[in-house]
Amino acid sequence: MGQTITEKILAHAAGKEAVSAGDNIWVNVDTLMTHDVCGPGTIGIFKREFGDDAKVWDKEKVVIIPDHYIFTKDKHANRNLEVLREFAQEQNIKYFYDAFSKSYKGVCHVALAEGGHNRPGEIMFGTDSHTCTAGAFGQFATGIGNTDAAFIMGTGKLWVKVPESMRFEVEGDIPDYVLGKDIILQIIGDIGVDGATYRAMEFTGSGIYNLSIEERMTICNMAIEAGGKNGIIAPDSKTEEFVKSRSSKPYTLFLSDNDARYVKTITYKGKDLEPVVAKPHSPDNMEKVSTIKGENIDRVYIGSCTGGKIEDFKNAARILNNNEVKVDTFIVPSTVMVEAFLKEETLNGKSYMDIFSDAGCKIAPPSCAACLGGPADTFGRTKTNEKVVSTTNRNFPGRMGSKASSVYLASPYTAAASALTGKITDPRDYL
Amino acid sequence: MEIITGKAYVLGDDIDTDQIIPAEHLVYSLSDPEEKKNYGKFALSSVPLAQAGLPDGNIPFVKEGCHESEYSIIIAGKNFGCGSSREHAPFALNIAGVKAVLAEGYARIFYRNSIDGGFFIPFELTKRVIDSIKTGDEIDINISLNSFTNKRNGESYSLKTLGDVKDILDAGGIFNYARKTGLI
Ligand code: SF4
Repeated sequence: MGQTITEKILAHAAGKEAVSAGDNIWVNVDTLMTHDVCGPGTIGIFKREFGDDAKVWDKEKVVIIPDHYIFTKDKHANRNLEVLREFAQEQNIKYFYDAFSKSYKGVCHVALAEGGHNRPGEIMFGTDSHTCTAGAFGQFATGIGNTDAAFIMGTGKLWVKVPESMRFEVEGDIPDYVLGKDIILQIIGDIGVDGATYRAMEFTGSGIYNLSIEERMTICNMAIEAGGKNGIIAPDSKTEEFVKSRSSKPYTLFLSDNDARYVKTITYKGKDLEPVVAKPHSPDNMEKVSTIKGENIDRVYIGSCTGGKIEDFKNAARILNNNEVKVDTFIVPSTVMVEAFLKEETLNGKSYMDIFSDAGCKIAPPSCAACLGGPADTFGRTKTNEKVVSTTNRNFPGRMGSKASSVYLASPYTAAASALTGKITDPRDYL
Repeated sequence: MEIITGKAYVLGDDIDTDQIIPAEHLVYSLSDPEEKKNYGKFALSSVPLAQAGLPDGNIPFVKEGCHESEYSIIIAGKNFGCGSSREHAPFALNIAGVKAVLAEGYARIFYRNSIDGGFFIPFELTKRVIDSIKTGDEIDINISLNSFTNKRNGESYSLKTLGDVKDILDAGGIFNYARKTGLI
């Protein structure tokens, strides 16, 4: 019996020939990522369990990325940044992208990719559920809590139950008004928010491989919204090109065998896909934009690890260029590098930043911002019963701040088109 | 024979980590004995009122001004703890005094965090019970028999066996387990 890419990576990291779904194994970890929300708690447990003088197992494999609560006056949030700073210094952590320093990056999952921390065949754990984003690089990546992270910090190892795999095939070209976000919202809508619980979600087919790396990241990012343990796309030449230009470390390419076992395979025809949204208050509450269009909204939010990357903004700009928004529209680049791109690169001679500000958008510096609500003074945080169209990944009650607000998850195209009309709008009207 | 006794707090499906502990509260220290009480105080504070304490709702899990709940057993539907990897979520329930959660199913990071952190026992139900148990009912969980009883009406229900994770739960979390088995 063949193995899936997920099984092969896990077997490799456990020093075994083969593993199968259900096996409990201990794996060696290549990268541990933590941030300002879960880092301090992780450090606390690490010291409690391994002692005040303990050293992390490998100072080049622990990556610390403050990104969640950066631009806030909240004193507890600021103290958390201080805790990370002290720890990084004491441990001589090589990759610490400190807030308010030249090395500051922004949202961790995008920062990891930019910083060359994603490599095929590797094992990455992060104290953030969207760590699964890195599966776009053909690696095993998943979110964990503080206790598990502290355990890895001290030992470089963790126990894992090998997940069963589900296979999602997108065959043939997808229409140019459909984005990666529409594909993953469609999948989550079809299988439900617990449709992939404990399972690996493997995405494949020519429709997937035609997508750019960033679009693949958008898809893997939301594997967790279906309960998935990891999302994964086996590497191809695009993956290698992206990785090689950012990392000089050797890596191993794993691909799924033809006779690998999947608990389920779901096939989509690329040409049948269309723009969709997830209605409040669940990421699987999927509806076609063509059905729901016309509903009034109060604001639009474009940002986060899901919808705040370079291509997300390029796509939004295609629609917002030389237009004016009708509702409050918040733009938050995920990282400093994305922000620099928006300032320096142009569309028809105009910088992306100018396109957004001329359209009347409000723009903030890179961080997670209102994607998860955050402290009361967070940019873009909902305050009352706003209806928001957002390119983020979660629309649970209270996720963007106020419990009374409601969030529609959408692609950058749909978000931008909706900003122009103040209603949920089909991007086909503007493309 | 080990028994857990307590009052039930009943919730619906898909209770996510933002409802269990809203993101604005993730800033408090998890180790400072006073500050960490905030996690108990705000536990389950973002559950929409109509769904807070079924069947009637509108029952705060933790009373105003307290950090401990009078309910130590949570009964829930499908996909409990979905969403974020924040360990603050099982931690908050632990600080509020939760001893066990009985749900139809769990999101895996939450499940893992509950066990590896030794916060409480996440049992899996064998059938849907949120329509037959009321918030405030007295519950007896018999760990060795994998079952529980609602003392209000004497109804008994079975639970799934804990399986492999029982060893980690018995040890009190992943660190104690790793020490016991010579891993660290
Ligand atoms: S942008 Fe949103 S989903 Fe992404 S890491 Fe930040 S808070 Fe989480």
